[in-house]
Amino acid sequence: MIKSKKGLYLHIPFCVKKCNYCDFLSAPAAEEDRKAYAACLKKEILAYRSAEYEADTVFFGGGTPSLLSANSIKELMQTLHTAFIIEETAEITMECNPETVDKEKLCAMRKAGINRISFGLQSAVDRELALLGRIHNYERFLRAYYDAREAGFENISIDLMSAIPEQTESSWEETLKKVIDLKPEHISAYSLIIEEGTVFYDRQKELMLPDEDTERQMYHRTKELLQNAGYARYEISNYARPGFESRHNLKYWSGAEYIGMGQGASSLLGGIRFHNPYDGRRYRESCENLTALRCEEERLTKTAQMEEFCFLGLRRMKGISEEEFRELFGRKLAEVYPGVVEGFVEQGLLAKQGEWIFLTEKGTDVSNRIFAEFLLDE
Amino acid sequence: MEQSRIRNFCIIAHIDHGKSTLADRIIEKTGLLTEREMQAQVLDNMELERERGITIKAQAVRTVYKAKNGEEYIFNLIDTPGHVDFNYEVSRSLAACDGAVLVVDAAQGIEAQTLANVYLALDHDLEVLPVINKIDLPSAEPQRVIDEIEDVIGLEAQDAPQISAKTGLNVEDVLEQIVQKLPAPAGNPDAPLKALIFDSVYDSYKGVIVFFRVKEGCVRKGMKVRMMATGAVCDVVEVGYFGAGQFIPCDELSAGMVGYLTASIKNVKDTTVGDTITDADNPCSEPLPGYKKVNPMVYCGMYPADGAKYPDLRDALEKLQLNDASLQFEPETSVALGFGFRCGFLGLLHLEIIQERLEREYNLDLVTTAPGVIYRVHKTNGEMIELTNPSNLPDPSEIDYMEEPMVSAEIMVTTEFIGSIMDLCQERRGIYNGMEYMEETRALLKYDLPLNEIIYDFFDALKSRSRGYASFDYEMKGYAKADLVKLDILINREEVDALSFIVFSGTAYERGRKMCEKLKDEIPRHLFEIPIQAAIGSKVIARETVKAMRKDVLAKCYSGDISRKRKLLEKQKEGKKRMRQIGNVEIPQQAFMSVLKLDDKK
Repeated sequence: MIKSKKGLYLHIPFCVKKCNYCDFLSAPAAEEDRKAYAACLKKEILAYRSAEYEADTVFFGGGTPSLLSANSIKELMQTLHTAFIIEETAEITMECNPETVDKEKLCAMRKAGINRISFGLQSAVDRELALLGRIHNYERFLRAYYDAREAGFENISIDLMSAIPEQTESSWEETLKKVIDLKPEHISAYSLIIEEGTVFYDRQKELMLPDEDTERQMYHRTKELLQNAGYARYEISNYARPGFESRHNLKYWSGAEYIGMGQGASSLLGGIRFHNPYDGRRYRESCENLTALRCEEERLTKTAQMEEFCFLGLRRMKGISEEEFRELFGRKLAEVYPGVVEGFVEQGLLAKQGEWIFLTEKGTDVSNRIFAEFLLDE
Repeated sequence: MEQSRIRNFCIIAHIDHGKSTLADRIIEKTGLLTEREMQAQVLDNMELERERGITIKAQAVRTVYKAKNGEEYIFNLIDTPGHVDFNYEVSRSLAACDGAVLVVDAAQGIEAQTLANVYLALDHDLEVLPVINKIDLPSAEPQRVIDEIEDVIGLEAQDAPQISAKTGLNVEDVLEQIVQKLPAPAGNPDAPLKALIFDSVYDSYKGVIVFFRVKEGCVRKGMKVRMMATGAVCDVVEVGYFGAGQFIPCDELSAGMVGYLTASIKNVKDTTVGDTITDADNPCSEPLPGYKKVNPMVYCGMYPADGAKYPDLRDALEKLQLNDASLQFEPETSVALGFGFRCGFLGLLHLEIIQERLEREYNLDLVTTAPGVIYRVHKTNGEMIELTNPSNLPDPSEIDYMEEPMVSAEIMVTTEFIGSIMDLCQERRGIYNGMEYMEETRALLKYDLPLNEIIYDFFDALKSRSRGYASFDYEMKGYAKADLVKLDILINREEVDALSFIVFSGTAYERGRKMCEKLKDEIPRHLFEIPIQAAIGSKVIARETVKAMRKDVLAKCYSGDISRKRKLLEKQKEGKKRMRQIGNVEIPQQAFMSVLKLDDKK
């Protein structure tokens, strides 16, 4: 198991309005419900107090965490510091919907200790934003972005989405260029996935989605443009200026432990993967009882750990290290997966440099096929 | 009971003319079962038969009928299949009977198989009793059909019962005529035992259950009997007759009776259908003629989807062969499919039914290769080989010429469809042999056709081009020289032996193209481009390409996605296991089967 400080994740399951592509655990909620939820969350955080876990990242995700009142944010941060030993230089991120923040709120967030903002922009083209069901336009985002800078945020990430309805290669480039001009520290660029249970899923047939080839061209163009602007791709969908990679998200792909708090949040703790109840009432009822909260507990066997080491680790552009594999599991990677790496290297889908094995550009496109070969028969 | 009060008979008919319904009605009317006990189609007790609405295996039932003269008669009703593929089984059933009830549809009249079955019955010296069925249909024309029977078959039919087996109308007339017009069995009950095996089934408790007709003498419990052809000797544990869907034991069966026996026979091969049973201590002088041995016409490879199930498949085939002597099989190996069997069938329907029975009754998952016929390959060194597996075709340089089996076919069709049916026969390389008008609006077309051309979808094509009105029968008619080639399929430049087949050179291009198109749809995209080629020798005649997988990537994978991601990858891997690996290409089992039916419309 990877020994490291924990990552803390807090799930905020409400938003102003559900977006057409969204399958996250999130829904609009009234002010008093949001307050009540924050209270539950505090109880859950405090329940971890006795364990004295050390943490070096915190991530408020959602939903729309920026819908929390300035006061709630302050209290949650204080509670976190009470329950956990949080490193001074910890990365503390909050996801923000541009529509929900003003300068005052952003200042309050900064003051509460948040030091990284992740803006959900998705597109710089208003028509595309409307089709996605976003509540903000580009203009509104710009104001929020500059407000965040003025509030003192020196680490800002912007979320973008490619292959969305009616998007063209040129409109996607327009979005990328506008965002590059803003010089954020970090950019996530996701290809749209049509998930079950979303508005898009039901309307799939009428959506004017870019075809597969266009989608891949967009993806590769993204890397090209961002790389030229000084952003390195460090994971399939994530780009950063040197030193600004998301330390929190990297934990997910490195086998590091994280504690998810809030409704439906997932954890990997003590070699066990589990999640909190997806159901809001069940969560609220047991938020003080960590044992009762745990759903679908699954102890990762050594086999599962080896598999995840590979299929999660390979999402990172730096790939996986043979040395690290041997240190962790006491066996050679090539022994556990005879011929697998070689085969993919031959097909030009994986590459090897020293101890590191990583996806090639071509391999990235079909990475699921490669990952599947790292599952072991048990 | 005296022989004079026994009637052994079967019902013969063209498919769908109502044979099974009449059988049910007879069972019901003879009072063996009350109406409430009647399941629909009592005789068709195989699940598959009921679903398809056709009778596959000959079955027998004994009922008791109290005639108008006050006497009780034993009716042994032996059910027969109606499809052309099963003439062999019809023949087996007929050998156990003394008479036959011929059912003719009052609307459709005589059809191709009506004739074929009547001729079979007459071959066995059976008395034939015509019955006009479905007179309740608005389109029924009983008098026309009666005239047709007299004109075409030459049977006296003016007082043929006019019935509706469905509603039960006039079925009593049939029962009375069975008593009056069909002969009672003959045969000396005191002579040494001589009984004909017409069927058998395997039961895991009782062993082989043998169905037979006693021609002479008597068989009783405890007796030592000998199977004359196989020489097997055994002690009779149980004798009995057939209730509806059940066996009813009794003490003995004498000349003229139909029934079953068990004798702890474990070896399936000891009892062959058509063999004669005799008394081991007091044997008869010579066996009964048995039936004409029929040979399979259509061959294909059958492979277990899971290679480890090979012994199970062998076991299942042996059991099926027990009451279906026309099924033949021998082991073979395919590079693509592993260990399996080359199986011989009477026709395509027979093949499909065996395949379904293996899958349903024996829970086997099968991969079947394209069906083919037996080709005669004459080599330049004078040697002739009979080819059932295309992979065994010698090198073209060693082949002098090849021959393929022909059939002479009779197609009965209403005049408006003559043109389209003639076109069909022409497309299938048919040789026109004349046409006879049965009546003003119906004609009998005669063609010689290569068997190869009718085993695929001829029957379906015939039905669709005549709006279901054409009927069809055929018999084998020797071999004819033909310009044949072996078509190979190459996937990613590797030949897949299980997909090779022999085809007329004139249609090779078309077939090759269709195969490639079909396979293109069946083979999933891989990480690399896969060419699919059809080739004759080293010459590629058609090509398609399965494009490389462009994209299979999950954009997001954070804390909550990991478990889902794992399941997705596991599913992907699991799907791969169900594929056949050819070189580095994975081919779904389905692909091997989908090319069996290459429809015209695309």
